[in-house]
Amino acid sequence: MNPWLTVSVIGAGTYLIRLSFIGAVGSRRMPPWFERALKYVGPAVLAAISIPAILLAEGSFDLTPAGNPEVLASVAAGLVAWRTRNIAITFVVGMGTLWILQAVL
Amino acid sequence: MTSQAATEHTGWRDGVVAVAPILVGIVPFGLVFGVAAADSVIGGGLGYASSIIIFAGAAQLATVDLMNVGAATLVVIATALVINSRMLMYSAALAPPFKDFPPASRLLLPYLLTDQAFAVSIARYADIADPAYRRRFYTGAAIALWVTWQITTATGVLVGAQVPDSWSLDYAVPLMFLALLIPMLTSRPAVVAALVGGGIATVAHAAPYHTGLMIGALAGVVAGVAAERITA
Repeated sequence: MNPWLTVSVIGAGTYLIRLSFIGAVGSRRMPPWFERALKYVGPAVLAAISIPAILLAEGSFDLTPAGNPEVLASVAAGLVAWRTRNIAITFVVGMGTLWILQAVL
Repeated sequence: MTSQAATEHTGWRDGVVAVAPILVGIVPFGLVFGVAAADSVIGGGLGYASSIIIFAGAAQLATVDLMNVGAATLVVIATALVINSRMLMYSAALAPPFKDFPPASRLLLPYLLTDQAFAVSIARYADIADPAYRRRFYTGAAIALWVTWQITTATGVLVGAQVPDSWSLDYAVPLMFLALLIPMLTSRPAVVAALVGGGIATVAHAAPYHTGLMIGALAGVVAGVAAERITA
């Protein structure tokens, strides 16, 4: 499929998701099991995107500081995120740690 | 004297003020997405266009990543929509307060719905019941986010190819998601959802048709629900 079309389909689908309950006529509620499941979409999706990208280096599992300094940088960034809940500070600490490790190792 | 005009002004401005600290965090995210898009096979043009067409950072990044590795169209679409399915929850929560808005607003405002606009609005709605104020507050916050996303992703696209490899900016993508993830880990089932989602996605990274992300995400959701049942 043409990539523009793919992006447009995702855009239309995303709009319909956003519109779903707001645009519904009358008051509708989703089934309780579905509502419960949606709570975990955020943590599950964000982890499914970030964790493999951090743990894998060149497609293979690597936890060594020299081979994959992103792991240590992420531990530092994760601790800062946990304490500050501030995206900008977390970002600076993560990138900064990675640059230092790359310079030193 | 509180005139009608002054009240109108207050709603918009309060929305922008409430979302201002979050905008600071959006800046690196938008830049990273723009750079990633410019360096991918889809290119800066479509990459930036997705900021208007999709307007959802995590889904946009996953879309660029998957298209870049040549994933099947169906997998790209399904993954992006699974990522955005969380917004069903926001739509359901905002439906009661939005009921009192004019029909045009109820059609247009959902386009601007994001995690951040939802979070600041639902918090304010607990204190203020006036529908006109609520509508302007949401609109102010949501448009501030939209404008910030447009400017930062466009800037990222424009500087994209000039960023040297030694900056390791590709790490900025998982870092960004990690920064968004950690504050969500407020309950034991949420931690389980993240551990299982991340673990399975890592193990399944070589799954056929690039379905690892989707498999991990769905497994994480199931694990979160199961953990809630057990701990409850």
